[in-house]
Amino acid sequence: MAKIELKNLRKTFGSTDVIRGVDLTINAGEFMVFVGPSGCGKSTLLRLICGLEDITSGELLFDSVSMNHKVPSERGIAMVFQSYALYPHMSVYKNMAFGLKLANTSPQEMKNRVLEAAKMLQIEHLLDRLPKQLSGGQRQRVAIGRAIVRDPRVFLFDEPLSNLDASLRVDTRLEIAKLHHKMKDTTMIYVTHDQVEAMTLADRICVLRDGNIEQVGTPEELYNQPKSLFVASFIGSPKMNFLTGNIAEQHHCHTLGIRPEHLVVDQHNGIWSGEVMHTENLGSDFFVFIDLGTSDHLVVRLDGQERIKLGTRLSVRPLEKHLHRFDNNGLPNPSKSYQEAI
Amino acid sequence: MTRKMLLKKTAFYAVVVVIVLISVFPFYYAILTSLKTGTDLFKVNYFPSSFNFSNYIDILHNGEFIRSTLNSVFIASTTVACALLLAVTASYALARVRFRGRGLLLMSILAISMFPQIAVLAGLFELIRFIGIYNTPWAMILSYTIFTLPFTVWVLTTFMRDLPVEIEEAAIVDGATPWTIITQIFMPLLWPALVTTGLLAFIGAWNEFLFALTFTASESMRTVPVAIAMLSGSSQYETPWGLIMAASVLVTVPLVVLVLIFQRKIVSGLTAGGVKG
Amino acid sequence: MFNKAILPPPGTSSLQRQKLRAAFWFLAPMLIVLFCVAAWPLLRSIYFSFTNTSLTNLYGGEWIGFKNYLTWKTLSSGHTIYSGTLADPAWWNAVWNTVKFALVSVSLETIFGLMVALVLNAEFKGRGLVRAAILIPWAIPTIVSAKIWAWMFNDQFGIINNMLLSIGLIDHKMAWTANLDTAMLSVIIVDIWKTTPFMALLCLAGLQMIPRDMYESAKIDGIHPIKVFFQVTLPLVKPALMVAVIFRTLDALRMFDLVYVLTPNSNATKTMSILSRENLIDFDKFAYGSAQSTLLFAIIALFVVLYIWLGKIDLSGDKS
Repeated sequence: MAKIELKNLRKTFGSTDVIRGVDLTINAGEFMVFVGPSGCGKSTLLRLICGLEDITSGELLFDSVSMNHKVPSERGIAMVFQSYALYPHMSVYKNMAFGLKLANTSPQEMKNRVLEAAKMLQIEHLLDRLPKQLSGGQRQRVAIGRAIVRDPRVFLFDEPLSNLDASLRVDTRLEIAKLHHKMKDTTMIYVTHDQVEAMTLADRICVLRDGNIEQVGTPEELYNQPKSLFVASFIGSPKMNFLTGNIAEQHHCHTLGIRPEHLVVDQHNGIWSGEVMHTENLGSDFFVFIDLGTSDHLVVRLDGQERIKLGTRLSVRPLEKHLHRFDNNGLPNPSKSYQEAI
Repeated sequence: MTRKMLLKKTAFYAVVVVIVLISVFPFYYAILTSLKTGTDLFKVNYFPSSFNFSNYIDILHNGEFIRSTLNSVFIASTTVACALLLAVTASYALARVRFRGRGLLLMSILAISMFPQIAVLAGLFELIRFIGIYNTPWAMILSYTIFTLPFTVWVLTTFMRDLPVEIEEAAIVDGATPWTIITQIFMPLLWPALVTTGLLAFIGAWNEFLFALTFTASESMRTVPVAIAMLSGSSQYETPWGLIMAASVLVTVPLVVLVLIFQRKIVSGLTAGGVKG
Repeated sequence: MFNKAILPPPGTSSLQRQKLRAAFWFLAPMLIVLFCVAAWPLLRSIYFSFTNTSLTNLYGGEWIGFKNYLTWKTLSSGHTIYSGTLADPAWWNAVWNTVKFALVSVSLETIFGLMVALVLNAEFKGRGLVRAAILIPWAIPTIVSAKIWAWMFNDQFGIINNMLLSIGLIDHKMAWTANLDTAMLSVIIVDIWKTTPFMALLCLAGLQMIPRDMYESAKIDGIHPIKVFFQVTLPLVKPALMVAVIFRTLDALRMFDLVYVLTPNSNATKTMSILSRENLIDFDKFAYGSAQSTLLFAIIALFVVLYIWLGKIDLSGDKS
């Protein structure tokens, strides 16, 4: 159990600010996901919490105890690396036991803990193998096992799925979710650039951009009430539609956002219409790209069984309460709420 | 196949054959000569005409030559062992720790490996006399460090820089100190690189001539290159070519065999070091 | 200075602190050893060059300033006599020999090395065997190669004379290593034979980094192979080649062992290193020899500085 507090945390490399004063509280036992595009500082933030990087200024507290000057092994953390980072010359067993051995754990306890973790991850039959004899998924399990064995207060994941192929990624995602259910007391922090991973795994998501926190909230909050254009465009797949120019002005904002599933085809009362320029059939969903004649186009989600030909003229109507309005700074437009606009 | 292509191919293989012949012939000729004695020596042959091993028997009964070989083995192995011991830890610091002046330090180390040995000869001579190790193997062990140590540090730094950072970080999270990282993680991973670097440094020490010539006085302290350079016959005017060639072949064959075994690794070591071993 | 640079500044976390402290202790032994075997002897050698120290009395030398380098006396007749290394024709002969040797051998080795590398870069049967074969000259100790070639160059019974006579290139047996006109040529030939493999291997490593598709697209575009070589291969392999050339040049400038054994006491091949050692040890002109070795060091140091400055090479690996 550990509550993690970040107080005005900063990190500079030479003259570049990578983390620009982050304040964040991660509750004990929470699964927190740091998400953002590459270069947003999410990995650096994780490495600050881990202790692999120096904190330039600010404070890092685990259960109200400062961690600023503690080396990683004193923080009670475990980390799963992107490239697994298994020791190539050690067997799976030795890989998992290495940390315990350095901590002078008794051989019996070491054995018990490794076997327990191996059982939990179903890798008992691999214990004598070398990392190079394992598949990617198996390696990732060993890396997770090595972290579990340490019985950490805080579990850190640095893009653990990005080296796996697509189908394996989904399976392993499920594993990690199950792990979180089992280890209810362990705080988990997970870094990814993939918003699907963030949405599916997180209790709360922290969206980062240019070393600042853009928004923190549950997946639902981020999806339904994005506090900025950036978050609105980052969360959700396919992306939210953004309309500018005249259409936005009619709705009293600079940028108008509407998700594909919040558009309804209505050939009579539709307010936006255009030709179908492209369609994508995903089986469960059918996405239609409508050319509005301006620089923008609209993506509309239809039922997976629908079929519409290219070139068809379509009219659509947005569900008013799902419209997102942003001013020219990308912030929500508070002056005109959607009720007023009606 | 067209005639032009055939011609091209023939020309290419001709070049290959010439390269191989030029590379191998002198050593082949040394072997040929070493198997000849007496007046046979003064007849030029391209193919073996006799298999007379008396030169080898003579040289192996030459106590001084055996002594020189033992000197060389002792000096080269001790030098390499010391250099590797110092270089492994130093190269970790140079490859894996960011600190001010690291570039300058690496540059100085590279500069030392390019030193003309003669530039330190006078000072080293004084130092060796002062410590009182003149005309002992220790004089060579001390002086050879000037080129083996920078070379091993440089090459190992290059190799260590290429090891994945995340493995080191995983070890740090596991609670490993820098010393543990070196001994338990990096050393086992760098084993092939250590062997290669050690071998190249060994060859360098085995072949060194200037220091060995200057810091030895008595015949029994000579290293192999000095012994071969000084090998003389019964009279001053007669060079014992058969004996010299037998000695040359004897000290070269182990090197050639080692180099051929470690071919691929040596090439990577040379490229990493960019230094003549 | 070093101490200050590496000890952690206050406020660093314990991990960084631990690493820096470890780095200090890891580097210290190596630095102490290097100081003892390189820096200190170098400084002493330079110091000796400004004294009149002799081999038999290492601590009896007095400071004489630049007299070992250059000094002059004006006689009452108005005639000025220069002495010192810089006025010594033997020294300038050695400088000229060394430069000539370095220039010719390194440029030929580069050309041959590149040629051999190009051959080895092609795919053909027995490539591994050829690569093994060219490693042999490199593996043979210099002294041994010098002896082998001295025998091959032997004026009476040498195989080189025999070969050249039988194909009619020469009409009488030549004393290759003793003759002043051919001594340098023999040294260069042996050095090329011995060092081309090194050049070839470094070039080959450079060549193998060039992506194959580059040649293939050039082939599809129908560009003549020679044009491809000069416009694609050479520019791409140039960085690797330059490194090899610099290392070889520095090596050639300090040439000692091959000349010492192959052409002993020949004025046509006497290099700076040989002359300097002769004065230092054999002729008991310890301080004078030190001055010459210091000059050689200065030349090489200048070369290294130029190389690092011009090449702006990234030594710390920070940028990669």
